Amino acid sequence: MREIVVISGKGGTGKTTVCAALAALASREGRNPVLCDLDVDVPDLHIIFDPHVQQEHPFVSGNTAVINENVCTQCGRCLELCQFGAVGQNGNGQFIIDALDCEGCGVCHKLCPTGAIEFPQRHCGTWYLSQTRFGSFVHAQLDPGQENSGRLVSLLKQQARQLAPTAEDSLILCDGSPGIGCPVISSLSGATLAVAVVEPTPSGRHDFERVADLCRHFRIPVSVIINKADLNNDEARAIEEYAVRQGYTLAGCLPFSPLVTEAMIRGEALTERDSPLASELEKIWGRICAAADKPARRANINSL
Amino acid sequence: MRIAFASGKGGAGKTTVAASLAAIWPHPCLIVDADVEAPNLHLFLHPHLEAAQSVYLTVPELDSEKCTACGDCAAMCSYKAIAKLGAGLIVFADMCHGCGGCFEVCQANALKKGKRELGSLQWGSWSLKMGADQNSDQNLNQALGQTSSQTSGKNSGKTLLMGKSRVGEAMSPPLLRAIDGALAAISVGDAASVPDILIDSPPGVSCPAMTTARMADALVLVAESTPFGTYDFKLAHAAFKKLNMPLAVVMNRAGMPGNESGDAALEKYCAAEGLPLLARLPFDLQAAEAYARGYLPLLEQSANALIWQRRFGLLYDAVQRWAGGKIGQIAEPCSAVNICASGTTGAGHA
Repeated sequence: MREIVVISGKGGTGKTTVCAALAALASREGRNPVLCDLDVDVPDLHIIFDPHVQQEHPFVSGNTAVINENVCTQCGRCLELCQFGAVGQNGNGQFIIDALDCEGCGVCHKLCPTGAIEFPQRHCGTWYLSQTRFGSFVHAQLDPGQENSGRLVSLLKQQARQLAPTAEDSLILCDGSPGIGCPVISSLSGATLAVAVVEPTPSGRHDFERVADLCRHFRIPVSVIINKADLNNDEARAIEEYAVRQGYTLAGCLPFSPLVTEAMIRGEALTERDSPLASELEKIWGRICAAADKPARRANINSL
Repeated sequence: MRIAFASGKGGAGKTTVAASLAAIWPHPCLIVDADVEAPNLHLFLHPHLEAAQSVYLTVPELDSEKCTACGDCAAMCSYKAIAKLGAGLIVFADMCHGCGGCFEVCQANALKKGKRELGSLQWGSWSLKMGADQNSDQNLNQALGQTSSQTSGKNSGKTLLMGKSRVGEAMSPPLLRAIDGALAAISVGDAASVPDILIDSPPGVSCPAMTTARMADALVLVAESTPFGTYDFKLAHAAFKKLNMPLAVVMNRAGMPGNESGDAALEKYCAAEGLPLLARLPFDLQAAEAYARGYLPLLEQSANALIWQRRFGLLYDAVQRWAGGKIGQIAEPCSAVNICASGTTGAGHA
């Protein structure tokens, strides 16, 4: 099973656009990919995929402390214990817990002398199994403002793995989350290959270097796509050289193009219509598949 | 006054808007990079950074001599950071959230307060860099009546505070709380000596973004009107309106070819939701190229830079009108400043 995760370090580099384009190509090749949107915070892939939802499940994770006023004796022990600043007092001097600050550690709940603190489970979002014109699709939406849960990302990946045929060449293609924190770490776990979409800007390069460090930490090989390369050809070359020096494969470069927004507005993947950009993406897809097929790469990275 | 700049979608232009406003801000100001997973402000503002101060989380360390393996700490831990393995206990410090519950319940006094590095905070002073001619910093500074002292007081001139998480560290809110602590420390004293604070938020609408928003008095959402951008912006609005704080919008990359209906839909949404639209900043390929070379569009050495200086000047005025100097008492929403109107679109060679 190949599990390819598209990442970026920085948001707005074109991760989702690239991921949708690759999904369309994999589907056209008859690879029957399982698709997965791991940006559970602000998912966008469904805008292109137009999924028919077949299953919908609540995502419940962790707990939130709530004070039962009828039992509370105002001793203030919870305020003393909370390391997250979630306990405060209202106008009447009653202790209250701010759900947004509550980390769900349960210390106040377990140590309240009168047992006045309840600890209900937290509904954090919804996850879906859907069908799309490119294949099965696993996706989710966290409730706005809820915890950005690596656990939800792991759950989606688990579902995707269950859906994927057990065949050696079966394919899971994931749109990863931005950044280098908890959700990305979950996105990358168990991946065969990380495809980094990088912008030739100082921030694009900086964030790519950080996320590539993370991949190295988890011993996941990296393949690089430089998007909007012509915005700064010098920077694009510098990123290319850096990538090669680090032993990453270069999947290819894409120019800045109004076709990207146009396709997005039509709700299409870039590779659903012929264009120079679509041909370039086909070549890129070929190189990505080749990189994902090289199990030896993992050993190479290990030895670094 | 503390204003945070947020966006659902990454790449919407948060950093550009926050940094450009900070560049022309006529009062002493502190710009904070709270996107600790991917801090970028320093790449555009070129601060003289002081030594990084590491930030740690207090985590338990087991003294196996004293431990009676009662397992109370493991039972307390909601994050499986302490596990009972056979006859002994084992601490996984990486999984610890720092709730301190284990210390409370350990009867044998077998847990010491150890620490895990979350990342670092770095202060820096900065001045403006104009395109290729870096010597013009001082001139521009003088023109704007600012000083570019190296490391002097954090209340004068332009200062940057950057949080940077350790690669491999999963949790950013504790580092954000350290930033909040640093802001509280400089916010003491009489109001006149406290600098205005502009905060570049992490992307998204989950805990890092929410934690950051709550450090501010008001929140500016930077939105792109493409289908992805609009979807993410609406999520951001749904999340942030729960905070009951003043919200306003800056539309970025307005007038992208073929996306006229997207612009109109975003405007309509803002009007319906009573969100003041402070500015429509136009799509400008030249600005994107300047950014790619590491320059804020308004600080590039080109005629286009003057246009962007004017646009951000107007945005500053709009922010002032919106905030009225007292962000807690926002007047009724001001009408949008259409900065892309007339002959100054500067749409570059797009």
